[in-house]
Formats: sequence, C-alpha cells, structure tokens
Amino acid sequence: MSSGHDEADREFDLAPGDEHAESFSQRMVGYLAGLGLAILLTATSFFVAGTDLVWQPSIPVALVVLAIAQMGVHLVFFLHITTGPDNTNNVLALAFGVLIVVLVMGGSLWIMANLNHNMMPMDQIMQMQR
Amino acid sequence: MSSVAATPASDPHALHGAGHRAGLDAGWSGPPSKRIITGYGFWIFILSDIVMFSAFFATYAVLHGQTAGGPSGHDLFDLRNVAIETALLLASSFTCGLASIAADLRSAIWFQLAMAVTCILGLGFLGLEGHEFTALVARGAGPTRSAFLSSFFTLVGCHGLHVSAGILWLLTMMAQVFAKGFRPDIQRRILCFALFWHALDIIWIAVFTIVYLLGSAA
Repeated sequence: MSSGHDEADREFDLAPGDEHAESFSQRMVGYLAGLGLAILLTATSFFVAGTDLVWQPSIPVALVVLAIAQMGVHLVFFLHITTGPDNTNNVLALAFGVLIVVLVMGGSLWIMANLNHNMMPMDQIMQMQR
Repeated sequence: MSSVAATPASDPHALHGAGHRAGLDAGWSGPPSKRIITGYGFWIFILSDIVMFSAFFATYAVLHGQTAGGPSGHDLFDLRNVAIETALLLASSFTCGLASIAADLRSAIWFQLAMAVTCILGLGFLGLEGHEFTALVARGAGPTRSAFLSSFFTLVGCHGLHVSAGILWLLTMMAQVFAKGFRPDIQRRILCFALFWHALDIIWIAVFTIVYLLGSAA
C-alpha cells in the first residue's frame, strides 16, 4: 500500500485519453486494431448506402448501427475510454453527455414530427387567411 | 499504510489544498495529479461541444426535407469526395495517436513527424471541404437557398471550423515542443489536443452517416 502518488493514481483514476502504461508494441497494436476496425466499419457503411443487395428500408437502421459501432471503436481504441475501475469518472461523464444528446436529438425529432403530423396543410392555412 | 499523503513534487502546478487531510482516511491516496484534473476538465468541455453539435444535428434532421423546391441532398452530394474526406480524417486520427505515443516516449523527432503528417491530412480534409462548399455556392446551392442547405452549411461548416482550430492548435503544439521540450504542462496540452482531434473524428462519423449517407439516400 505504500505506493507513490503516481502509482496510486494509476490504481484509482486515469485521465481521459491516457491508457495504462504499456509497452510501445502493445500501444501500437491498440491503435492499429482501432484503425483496422474503423476502416472496416466505414467501408461497410459506404457499401451499404449504395447497394441494392439488401432490403432497402433496413439501410437507414444499418447505417445508424454501423455509426454507433464505429464511435464505440474510436472511444475504446483512440480515446481509451474503458470499463475499468480507473475510468469510472470518464465513463459517467460520457454517459451524461450521451443522455443529453439523446434527449436533444430524439426530443426534437419527436416533437417536430408530431407538429408536422397535426398541422393543417400549408395551402389550407393560406386559404383561411384570405 | 503510511506515506500515502505524499504529493507529487515533480509538478509545481499540482493542487495542494486538501493534502493534509490524507491521514484521516487510509483509503484516500491524495489529490489526483494535475494531468488527471486537466484531462477530465477538457473531457467535460468535449462532451459539452458534442451536445452543441447534437443541436445542429437535430436541426439538420428536422429540416433536411425542406428544400423549398431547390436541390436535395441526393442531387448535391458526391459520396466519392466524402469517402476521401473520411479516409483523410481517419488517417489523421491514427497519426495523432502515434504522436501521443511519441510524446510519452519523449521522442521529439517522431512526435514532430507524426504531427506534421496529421497536419497535412487535416489540411487535405479542409481543402476538399472548401472545394465542395465553393462548388455548391457556385451552382446556386448556397446556405441561403433553402432551410435544408442552411442547416447543412451550419453543421458541416461548424465541424470544419473545429478542424481549422485544431490545426492551429496542432501547429502551436509542434512549436511548443520544439521550443520548450516535453515539460509536464506541455504534455498535458498534448493530451488535450489528442482528445480534441479524436473527438472531431467521432463527430465526423455522425456527419458522414447522417448528413451524407442518409441524406443522399432520401
């Protein structure tokens, strides 16, 4: 338990973007794995967007899923946000950010679609104003 | 169970405020290092920046059908150009990671080399985006044409502004490492820059998916 300060930090907390002190080759493998997965997911996205091979209505869902997967790859391999106990604060902050993003985007789309659905067509409004 | 109250002597900027309370709680390992505090604060900034982008994304998603009789995304977007932009930004994110490894190893040559490659890739991205914007304006599809194009230029332009600011920051970091070496405060700035650059690539994933791929399909 008589560890120095730096070691104690490493045990309990890690700055976002930092990773556990690993050898040079391990870190290189991490970045290369992230790059490979990101290329794979990006290529799949661009392929799926332009193909006729899959059921067309499934394409938007597939694109969103691929994008979220690639964001996860970037977070883990490039930003080093992990599920480890040294990353709890970083993950909690990220979770709060994701909550706000989901509320802003989902809420806007929901409300505007609802308004659009309930609003009278524009030409009828124009006629009533005459 | 002793000696846990030691504060880092190497870093003159470290917080000392609560250090003397360490003896009260054996599980408390002293205040976190300045690197953790700086990095965490910058992480909060990045998340708030992403929240700001989410408002622009919501605006675009609501307005992308409102073309006012003008061109839609399907008529305008060139996916080959977007694919090249994506590749440039992804490669620059990778070389930025190599630069942070070099900074941790205190290798000035490899750091400057990786940062220079990152800078060139980022400038290539900005060049392609600028070319796309001027081509759109030239064919009468500028930001004033329709609500769809206003939201498009706001969202993609805001990301482009972030990349421009990132390149200025990148050049500053190259100059600071050249002039001052790998001091602890310079290392913290490199950590924050790497966070910023990787976050820009994450936002670009959302841009090419929502704006270009979904926008040109509809």
